[in-house]
Amino acid sequence: MITLQHYLLLSAALFSLGIFGVLTRKNAVNVLMGIELILNSANINLIAFSRYSSHGLDGQMFAVFVIVVAAAEVAVALAIVLTMYRLLKTVSLDQADTLRR
Amino acid sequence: MIMSNLQSLKFFLPELTLTIGILLVILCDISLKSLRNRLNPVLTVFTLVLAAYYTFQLQDATAASLFHGMLAIDSFAQFFKLFLLLAAVLVVLASLHSAELAPFHQGEFFALLLAVTLGMVLLANSTNLAMLYLSLELVSLTSYIMVGYLKTDRLSNEASLKYILFGAISTGSMLYGLSLIYGMTGSLNLYSIRDAFLSQGVEGVDQFTVLLILVLTMAGFGFKTAAVPFHFWCPDVYAGAPTPVTAFLSVAPKAAGFAVLLRFFFSGMSQNSGGQWAIVGGINWPIVLIGISVLTMTLGNVAALTQNNLKRMLAYSSIAHAGYILMGAVVLTGDGVKSMLIYLFVYLFMNLGAFLVVTIIYDSDKTFEIDDYNGMFKRSPFVAVAMAIFMLSLIGIPPFSGFMGKLYIFGSVIDKGLYWFAAIGALNAAVAAFYYMRVLKAMLIEDGKGITAPLQVSFFNQALLVALLLPNILLIVFWNPIDRWTAASVQLFGGV
Repeated sequence: MITLQHYLLLSAALFSLGIFGVLTRKNAVNVLMGIELILNSANINLIAFSRYSSHGLDGQMFAVFVIVVAAAEVAVALAIVLTMYRLLKTVSLDQADTLRR
Repeated sequence: MIMSNLQSLKFFLPELTLTIGILLVILCDISLKSLRNRLNPVLTVFTLVLAAYYTFQLQDATAASLFHGMLAIDSFAQFFKLFLLLAAVLVVLASLHSAELAPFHQGEFFALLLAVTLGMVLLANSTNLAMLYLSLELVSLTSYIMVGYLKTDRLSNEASLKYILFGAISTGSMLYGLSLIYGMTGSLNLYSIRDAFLSQGVEGVDQFTVLLILVLTMAGFGFKTAAVPFHFWCPDVYAGAPTPVTAFLSVAPKAAGFAVLLRFFFSGMSQNSGGQWAIVGGINWPIVLIGISVLTMTLGNVAALTQNNLKRMLAYSSIAHAGYILMGAVVLTGDGVKSMLIYLFVYLFMNLGAFLVVTIIYDSDKTFEIDDYNGMFKRSPFVAVAMAIFMLSLIGIPPFSGFMGKLYIFGSVIDKGLYWFAAIGALNAAVAAFYYMRVLKAMLIEDGKGITAPLQVSFFNQALLVALLLPNILLIVFWNPIDRWTAASVQLFGGV
């Protein structure tokens, strides 16, 4: 029997993995994948809460919007990463340190 | 009163105007090839002014909930609408002659600026978590693109990359926090959330859960307002972005961030009894907010001391100002909110003015280094004196309007008996005086070694400088309307 707790544990694990990925990866595209994990963990939360309670469909509606926003965000992020590649010939975040100097 | 979709439309005119304006600018950009460079700025300013006009028309509308509880219309929202539209108009005018943006196609810039304004206006009004998240992302996504607008420039690209990575993580964490709130209360509407929380009493809600939600959602709000510990993006992004965009980011999204922060905590998670708010969870909120505020202003001011790049210095200074503004939230009363609104209002003119001077000097000298500002008084007394007034106003020296901002903020804290907190604020203001004075010294006292030719300032930019100077000098004389306006603007719509 799969209960609400299982979904919450799954989403918490995904969220932690996402944060871990964001903090440890040096490749910009990998960091974006970590961000996707974070957004999707929130989606799982929203849908699970909506499914396992009598709160109506608000949560699922929210999740649909989050999916759209995530797509838009990745589109913008990839455009920026592409520009970075054009300028620096790399997508490694270690190279993006000109402003620190 | 909760209004249906059709009833709401007539209160939604400012936002509708902005939406139509965005579409018109894009259409004009692709269809009128010969006229577009002249027509686009006019169209943008016209849209913003028309939206402000409609906002004025609705000034006396009774507080209500629009679109089945998605947005609120109240005096608080009206204040921020006017504030944000004013900031957008000033930034459009300041960007017209910017040499940084000139080589690039301008049509998209104006469309993006209108889009980010629309996002901020919605953000300041939203009373539903889904609406709040969507408008926050509308603001964020468009500002990522605006920061990276100089696509052949390495610094601009790097700034936008840092901005989007940091922003996506912050808003992602906030979204996780919002999903937990939905799970706890079963609603996305701020008023239902408040009712669900308060049904267990202010102290009855589990402290740990509230703390978890607070930390996660503060990541999003702290990111928008550039408060410690979510400020790391700020100096790099401000330094790399085109200067008019930096000016815009340092004022408008910050204000929208404070607006949504206040609305979220005060109408979603607290109980108002006799003008004093009590926030759920039995956490000692003033202490938490004092901690964030003190850290934010101290870190901003101390880091600004060692900067040689004026744009970076102003970035740290804007972090410090976020700390001062947050002081007003500590007291959790209407007076505190009023002092925050006043501070934001005066901050708009002094900060945009300082950035306009940076833009003007960069356009002719191609430098942001404070040392290159030496001898500016001989090259253009007007610009040097204008910068001096903006800096003195940022320090908070009377008779300039920055003083009134600090007066009200410190006053609201002292009223509450938090003398030591006001003392820390005053100490910080004294530290800040040091690095602002450094700019003054460079411009007014030092002798210039390099360029000695008079600084070229277009008539348009001179007029804009005067327009930004006047509020800094004259607001203090005509203070009563401001005082009344902000006092009337602290009314948050309480739901139903």
